[in-house]
Amino acid sequence: MIKVYSTPTCPWCLRLKQFLKEKNVEYTDFDVSKDVNARNEMIQKSGQMGVPQVEINGTWIVGFDKPAIEEAMKKTSK
Amino acid sequence: MMYDLIIIGAGPAGITAAVYAARKRMKTLVLTRNIGGQAAMSWDVENYTGYQFITGPELAKKFEEHLKSQQVESHEGVSVESIWKTGDSFKVMSSDGTYEARMVIIATGKQPNRLGVPGEKEFWNKGVTYCATCDAPIFEGKPVVVVGGGNSALDAAIQLAKIASRVSIVNIMPEFTGDPVMVEKVISSDRVTVYARSEINEILGQAFVTHVKVRTPEGIVEVPAEGVFIEIGSGPSLVPVMNAELKLNDKREIEVNENAETSVPGLFACGDVSSVPVKQIIVAAGQGCVACLSAFKYLSTRRF
Repeated sequence: MIKVYSTPTCPWCLRLKQFLKEKNVEYTDFDVSKDVNARNEMIQKSGQMGVPQVEINGTWIVGFDKPAIEEAMKKTSK
Repeated sequence: MMYDLIIIGAGPAGITAAVYAARKRMKTLVLTRNIGGQAAMSWDVENYTGYQFITGPELAKKFEEHLKSQQVESHEGVSVESIWKTGDSFKVMSSDGTYEARMVIIATGKQPNRLGVPGEKEFWNKGVTYCATCDAPIFEGKPVVVVGGGNSALDAAIQLAKIASRVSIVNIMPEFTGDPVMVEKVISSDRVTVYARSEINEILGQAFVTHVKVRTPEGIVEVPAEGVFIEIGSGPSLVPVMNAELKLNDKREIEVNENAETSVPGLFACGDVSSVPVKQIIVAAGQGCVACLSAFKYLSTRRF
């Protein structure tokens, strides 16, 4: 399962979600500006306080790092 | 393999250069951190001809589609470390390997200025951020520091004063340089403390930032902060050029003439990293075209 942690005012969060949609990848989006539990979970698990972040089967990626996201998705599909 | 052209950066300038390069059938490689650059970070774009309104992320997507529709090799997620002039070609060293080309176009844009203090790098994304609009909500209920005195710093402080427990503004100048309306909003908030004529000396913490050391006219004070928002403007995102004299102007932008030529033959620059006086998406795109057509002319008038 792919989890996206974002805020509504973050341009790279939008780009990240656009990218996943184009790839027809299903994901759950957590708005960490409102969802305090998701925010705390994100900070605790990744040790990072910036958005966007994406979790792909236990791998955390900070920022819209397309090559890293593709790599993590490849690993999961194997 | 020898490329005709390597384009560094894929904002409006780099992508336009790449589209023209494809049409001129030049063997081209685009090396870039991301697609869209600063344009992708703009919210409302209302002055790019053909679009009465488009958001930065949407425009970046259009740029990307245009780039991908062309026969151009592009590598994303790549940072370029240096460019070496070697005889009549260039070697480009990047996180992705070393590539060689007859010509290089630098279209790396601008990036947020760094403070250059201990702890800034170590705590990036662990409290230190350069994107207040992105990350401000994460710091709800926490003490934060905003560094800067212009509109972007004031804007960050106004947003943060609504949600953070305490906002300290550290400004190197005696007064704010932003709009008076924004200054009023900031100083009228009882959650805001202003440190004027002050500088951050060090950012401290363990797993995350806990406080900063601020040098004030009265001496050094420790200010509790879990978020450090650095809003001190932006500057050209330069790539070191070795074995050649690349001229910069007094703003440290790459000096170019009307043909987007730099002081180094075969090396071109366009967009916000260059000395072009108007920093707009449409100008960057136009300059990308100029740089590419100049490069094509350079290639066709030389016998390699």
